[in-house]
Amino acid sequence: MDERHELERVWSDAPGIPGFLSTVDHKRLGIRYIYTSFFFFFVAGLIALVMRAQLSGPNQHVVGPTTYNELFTVHGTMMIFLFNTPILAGFGNYLVPLQLGTRDMAFPRLNAFSYWVFLLAGLLMCSSFFVGHPPNGGWFAYTPFTNKEFSPGLNMDFWGLSVMFVGISSTVGAVNFIVTIFKLRAPGMTLNRMPVFVWAMLVFSLMILFALPAITLASGLLETDRIFGTSLFVPAGGGSALLYQHLFWFWGHPEVYILFVPAAGMISMIIPVFTGRPLAGYVWVVTALVAIAFISFGVWIHHMFATGMPALALAAFSGASLLIAIPSGVQFFAWISTMWRGVVRLSTPMLFALGFLLIFLLGGITGVMVAVLPFDWQATDTYFIVAHLHYVLNGAVVFPIFGAMYYWLPKFWGRRPSERWGRVSFWVMFVGFNLSFFPMHILGILGMPRRIWTYPSGVGWTGINQLVTIGGGLFGLGTGISLVNWAWARFRGEPAGEDPWNADSLEWATTSPPEHWNFTSIPAVIGRHPLWAEKPVPVSASASPDSTFALGPEGALARQTPITNGIETAPEATMTIPHETYLPLLTALGIAVFFLGLLVNGVVVGVAGVALAAMGLMWWAWRTDVDLR
Amino acid sequence: MTRRRPIVGPLLVVVAMTMAACDKRAPNTLDPQGDHARHIAGVWWLMFGLAAGVYLVVGGLIIISVVRGRGTEHGRPSRVGDNAFIWIGGVLVPIAILALLAVVTVTTTRVLDTHRKGALAIEVTGKRWWWDVRYPTFGFRTANEIRVPVGRQVAVTLESTDVIHSFWIPQLAGKTDQIPGQRNVLRFTAERAGTYRGECAEYCGVEHAKMNFVVLAVPSADFDRWAARHAQPPGVPEDELAARGQRVFLREACAGCHRIAGTPADATIGPDLTDLGARRSIGALTVPNDRDHLSAWIVDSQAVKPGNLMPPITLSKADLDALVTYLESLR
Ligand code: HEC
Ligand SMILES: [Cu+2]
Ligand SMILES: [Cu+2]
Repeated sequence: MDERHELERVWSDAPGIPGFLSTVDHKRLGIRYIYTSFFFFFVAGLIALVMRAQLSGPNQHVVGPTTYNELFTVHGTMMIFLFNTPILAGFGNYLVPLQLGTRDMAFPRLNAFSYWVFLLAGLLMCSSFFVGHPPNGGWFAYTPFTNKEFSPGLNMDFWGLSVMFVGISSTVGAVNFIVTIFKLRAPGMTLNRMPVFVWAMLVFSLMILFALPAITLASGLLETDRIFGTSLFVPAGGGSALLYQHLFWFWGHPEVYILFVPAAGMISMIIPVFTGRPLAGYVWVVTALVAIAFISFGVWIHHMFATGMPALALAAFSGASLLIAIPSGVQFFAWISTMWRGVVRLSTPMLFALGFLLIFLLGGITGVMVAVLPFDWQATDTYFIVAHLHYVLNGAVVFPIFGAMYYWLPKFWGRRPSERWGRVSFWVMFVGFNLSFFPMHILGILGMPRRIWTYPSGVGWTGINQLVTIGGGLFGLGTGISLVNWAWARFRGEPAGEDPWNADSLEWATTSPPEHWNFTSIPAVIGRHPLWAEKPVPVSASASPDSTFALGPEGALARQTPITNGIETAPEATMTIPHETYLPLLTALGIAVFFLGLLVNGVVVGVAGVALAAMGLMWWAWRTDVDLR
Repeated sequence: MTRRRPIVGPLLVVVAMTMAACDKRAPNTLDPQGDHARHIAGVWWLMFGLAAGVYLVVGGLIIISVVRGRGTEHGRPSRVGDNAFIWIGGVLVPIAILALLAVVTVTTTRVLDTHRKGALAIEVTGKRWWWDVRYPTFGFRTANEIRVPVGRQVAVTLESTDVIHSFWIPQLAGKTDQIPGQRNVLRFTAERAGTYRGECAEYCGVEHAKMNFVVLAVPSADFDRWAARHAQPPGVPEDELAARGQRVFLREACAGCHRIAGTPADATIGPDLTDLGARRSIGALTVPNDRDHLSAWIVDSQAVKPGNLMPPITLSKADLDALVTYLESLR
């Protein structure tokens, strides 16, 4: 027990607020990502309900056109940038080091920085409500509509600047994941033994690195147009309206898969555990994830089928878009095959996984439909697309996320949410979801364009819209039930134990919640399913060469974790995990002030922000020795 | 199976509601009245058949896979191995379906792209939030209402001078964007006479929802007669009240934004009003065109279509009356 006390002393953060602001623990940060993202999820969800109230009947006036346009813009932007992407990063943050059998991320301070940037960017976006200028140009902010001439207020500046800002968070987060996954795997965790979720986070990160510059460029150049009067996207000034769309969708299409890949990775973790057998076709599934990453960069023009480009060029992109159905099909049949010869346990996480399968199946099918060029000429910019995109982004990402919450919460908190209410929540969500989004396909076919704040009576859309609104309310209720269930579990849930699901991956080999240092001794990985092979999992001990010092409790006591070489995971060196520090927060604040300067056109504010950030970074570099003491 | 009920239930409700809701006035893409939309509807029905088949088979497999191993200790064995299963379901069958769809895509695209001789040229510029319509062959202009002859291909040149709009007539043709600095051409042939709803499909600002138009497909002979008459500007109003209305129109701000052929009013900030009296609606399909709605529009169009670009205009009761009489006389 002395060792434990000593470990506590070495690892624990300062108590209270100072510790909260300065922690670099990947688990605290991961959870914080998840909480913050869920906050945005519920805000954006409530916004959606207001929109549905407005559309529940013809010629209604719950909100006017100005407000409605702001609502759908903020709803989309928040869901994509402030909920979907960061919550997946949050799960990754929490789980990747545990699943790899290491004690933290490769760059813990960068990890904290990435969280603070995300939070501040989210607050920047939300503050637009308080000054009365929420973004109103749609979540893809097409030019020239978003140029200064047609969107004179600050509204779209809030959009452009927060999108650029939050991009910093994703980029540094991606670098952190990649290095962690390549360099911090426990001895024996070779690439072909990595859990599929880790593979998914690797693909997620690589895709972010390649796709994100395009949106940074799109929103950055939009802002130079708006703030400094360059005319890159202003046709009247010699610029090009379509250039913006190319840049945007060069990120925008891969982004869909940036979100889907980790969600699919979660499903590939959940299904085997609840069928009691390893994932069928592990190599297939991993190859499919990598293939998706490649193909998804070659299809962005399918978002621009109606822009009047030459038909042959469009048809080529149509063909490329069809291809992406194959890796999805492979994953689908790997999942089905896993269940086919197993015994399926219908616990809440598995219900969400099955809901995901049935929903994603339809979203995938309609995806193939809209990839067919002629059909897209009818479908694009209608409710058919709204339906499709919610089947893939809400159904095929949010259902896995809810499943993942039910699956990993016992690990996060050491307590279990109620199984009964989990099921109730699932069914209400599942029924509400389909009731809300399925009829939207029909609305699109009946000629209802998207993004209209109202519609006349007598065009045949009223009944279906009522149904959609009812479904939307149900879906919202279902998510609310889960929220309450989780809140209850946080304080009252039954103790979970180390491994409540009889799972296979390493996060279940440690206590729930895990100690700050994750593993007193680093596990020795002997197969793809460590916990199914041997329980308790065998561990490595510190040995004489320096590179293996971090493996055992001695390493943990020194706040160290082993670095292994990328291929066969032989210990290579050790890494010291920095202590808590305010520098990431300070630097993030500096950048926030800089963006604020751009927003209000305040040179002094902007310069102050740059100075603060630069100071933070320099101090950060200079302090490294101290943080690692 | 309790698992299936909640899927089938809503589906049935949806179908029932659709039947009830699908009144004939819906701009239904599956009730095509032009060649372009008809070909696409064909593609849809093919895809719908395939989709329904795939959904039922794969959805069925999912459900079976869930119940199959119930009650057993370690699941039931299967003759098809994991690999074969993935090869067939995940690779081979999708490739076959996708290849078929690729062929359909290319052939349909080529069919839709054909230029027919003697196509009627129309130019439509999307504006915030209405449509400027020009017939270059006849040299006249109108707004928010497009008349086309049945059975003759029309080639609509699509432009914009402000933001991006998208020109869509669900029952006649798929949509094409109107992009500033670019001229796109959409070709289609109306196959049956009728009145079809047209819409702006690309979000373009405050009143995107109320940026609609109507297409009147009429027999060829009717179209020619209409075109010949419209090529002549309206004469000087004979009616005393209407003549006063014209004076009001030219005196007030109206002439600075609108055009009426044959008068000094020649601005294109707002819709051309040369044939306003013959049009069915005002405000790009926002309200029907009658005396009451027209006067309400002129006095305060902001109450009718909040956010549109026509300012409220104060007129005496008598002036307003005369103005409305004049405008309604323009046919
Ligand atoms: C500042 C420019 C401006 C002025 C001045 C102006 N209008 Fe307009 N008007 C517009 C615009 C823009 C529209 C299109 C509104 C829409 O549908 O979004 C319009 C629409 C209309 C319409 C409906 C046309 C249709 O087919 O939908 C009528 C009628 C009309 N104006 C009459 C008048 C009259 C009469 C006056 C003078 C008393 C006047 N306008 C003054 C800009 C103006
Ligand atoms: Cu895409
Ligand atoms: Cu428009």
